[in-house]
Amino acid sequence: MSASQEHMLWMYEKMIEIRLYEETMAKVYLEGKLPPAIQKGLAFDIGSGPVPGEMHLAAGQEPVAVGVCAHLRTEDTVVGAHRPHHFAIAKGVPLKAMTAEMFGKETGLGHGKGGHMHLFDPAHKFSCSGIVGASMPPACGAALAAKKRGKDWVAVAFFGEGAANQGAFHESLNLASLWHLPVVFVCEDNKYAISVEKTDSTSVSSDADRAAAYGMPGVRVGRNDALSVYEAAAAAVDRARRGQGPSLIEVKTDRYLGHFQGDAEAYRPKGEVEELRKHDPIPHLGEHLRKLGLLDDAMDQALRSRVESRVAEAYDYARTSPYPKPEDALHHVFH
Amino acid sequence: MSTARKLTMAAAISEAIGQAIERDPDVFVMGEDIGKYGGIFGATGGLFAKYGRDRIMDTPISETAFIGAAIGAAAEGMRPIVELMFVDFFGVCMDMIYNHLAKNTYMSGGNVRLPVVLMTAIGGGYNDAAQHSQCLYSTFAHMPGLKVVVPSNAYDAKGLMNQAIRDDNPVIYMFHKGIMGLPWMAYFEGSTTEVPEDNYTIPFGQAKVVRAGSDVTIVTLSQMVHKSLLAAQKLAQSGIDAEVLDLRTLVPLDRAAVLQSVRKTGRLLVADEDYLSFGMSAEISALVAENLDSVRLKAPVKRLAVPDVPIPYSRPLEQFVIPQVDAIVRACSDLIKAGKPEAVVA
Ligand SMILES: Cc1ncc(C[n+]2csc(CCOP(=O)(O)OP(=O)(O)O)c2C)c(N)n1
Repeated sequence: MSASQEHMLWMYEKMIEIRLYEETMAKVYLEGKLPPAIQKGLAFDIGSGPVPGEMHLAAGQEPVAVGVCAHLRTEDTVVGAHRPHHFAIAKGVPLKAMTAEMFGKETGLGHGKGGHMHLFDPAHKFSCSGIVGASMPPACGAALAAKKRGKDWVAVAFFGEGAANQGAFHESLNLASLWHLPVVFVCEDNKYAISVEKTDSTSVSSDADRAAAYGMPGVRVGRNDALSVYEAAAAAVDRARRGQGPSLIEVKTDRYLGHFQGDAEAYRPKGEVEELRKHDPIPHLGEHLRKLGLLDDAMDQALRSRVESRVAEAYDYARTSPYPKPEDALHHVFH
Repeated sequence: MSTARKLTMAAAISEAIGQAIERDPDVFVMGEDIGKYGGIFGATGGLFAKYGRDRIMDTPISETAFIGAAIGAAAEGMRPIVELMFVDFFGVCMDMIYNHLAKNTYMSGGNVRLPVVLMTAIGGGYNDAAQHSQCLYSTFAHMPGLKVVVPSNAYDAKGLMNQAIRDDNPVIYMFHKGIMGLPWMAYFEGSTTEVPEDNYTIPFGQAKVVRAGSDVTIVTLSQMVHKSLLAAQKLAQSGIDAEVLDLRTLVPLDRAAVLQSVRKTGRLLVADEDYLSFGMSAEISALVAENLDSVRLKAPVKRLAVPDVPIPYSRPLEQFVIPQVDAIVRACSDLIKAGKPEAVVA
């Protein structure tokens, strides 16, 4: 199914929003982490600045998030991994509360308890985890709940090609197929699991091929472009909604930044990223929209300033929100 | 006379492993990002370039398979060293660890040897939240069949790693991220030390008095050793002389050293970065309680540990739950006051 005009414009705007959000985060993340702000002997202090801890950004991987989430409704579940912002934004998680969480603020999604890898937004049915492979079993559970209740809701599990080597991947595919669950498994193949290339972690060139072993359809989207992902996802989501069971989509995508911010990327061939950036999916979709007559300079400008103010508002909100009280650490072990 | 070399803990560990690889063809290393990357915390830095992919094997993110494979290879007489990046990730392959690695020697009536070193990073303090900041050494020490090593500085790290590789039993070797000497993580200067080039070993089960004192014993290990030493300096300014005991290994545990120190000072604080309940601090306290016939306490035992909550992300919350230098100072001062009936608490 090809995308409606409305969907195409939505995907374009969301991709711009995700990219701007991630680029802003990349800058904010460095505040206070570099000399001379930090103690002697350190090149980079991961624990300093307004956003401490690890930070995994998804610049370059926007097409996967928007191509799939374009088909989702609020009642559909999305479970992500340690690189969660693009999916969270595409699923509709409020930007302000999400950003405040990364700043460790009281107004954050989890009152500052979770942080960047652990965003929970039950209202938008979004969650994620810092444990590789952990997105798939809970997605099966959400799908099971939908099925038991007779709803046409879908659950989507996002994960990396590295995670496809986890036992949880195989067990989840088997379970979803056996119970005919409305799950869509979406593998983002960005070639690397931290430093380890896909060719060093599996002898199966396409994870989509693994779907056959569990009796479900598997498609590989070979291009990092929103419309191709959209088409593959349309079939998979529709299939799930109609009670026809799970499927697997693998998308060849690109990671423009390090695995985490501060990653020196010594394992990556020089010039690789520059080459990948030449095929940036965002201007690519923009050009397509222009050719179709759906976008002109004025619209593009208006859209970008909308996005800019949304993103700026979110960061301002996060910065100016208060920290939780230290003793609040003791609450929420149990509900 | 050799010129003194200072090494970070990461470099000391990697040197011990490199020397073992050269000495013994049965030694090899497996794990995630231990090849070109050199280990996320540098514990295998430089080894891939030197020894190649047969000895330094990057693995898929398949912990059950590669940790299980270490068990199988070890049973065949090889000596695998395996890294699983963060101790928090052990959950996905726990069966291989606690039902097999820890039990096969026993269940075989001692007929199966499993010389596996399983190394991993522990600890928080840099806001990486609940799935990347735990210590969990007590969890592993609780289960029979695993030796548990938790060094606090580069010298000990090399000597204990050498010992771990030679040991014919499974050894969990845990290094705190905050003392590895990484250029991207604040650390404690005292953890980077002089390290001899030779192959010295440090026997397991020998705690070390890192600061002698007469008023109160602080029993601790890993990064908390450095916090305790800073606390001891502050305490000295108010005339309190703290003894700091670095356990170095939890299994085996140097019980005699703990008792000897507490007999001398009459006061015990256990400073721990693991969870409070059912953990190391309880074990050490129980040890003292069981020996009250020969230990005279001047004040009830005190424990400082993470107050039974997951490690929160936000900085003020994390600083609150992980014991800090000031908390150690306060706890020791309270112990001294508690021992003096005339003390009035405001
Ligand atoms: C169970 C587990 N093992 C290892 C890790 C450490 N780790 C975090 S991200 C990552 C690589 C993941 O690669 P991939 O699944 O391809 O996702 P990507 O980072 O490329 O988005 C690893 C090994 C982890 N978080 N959890």
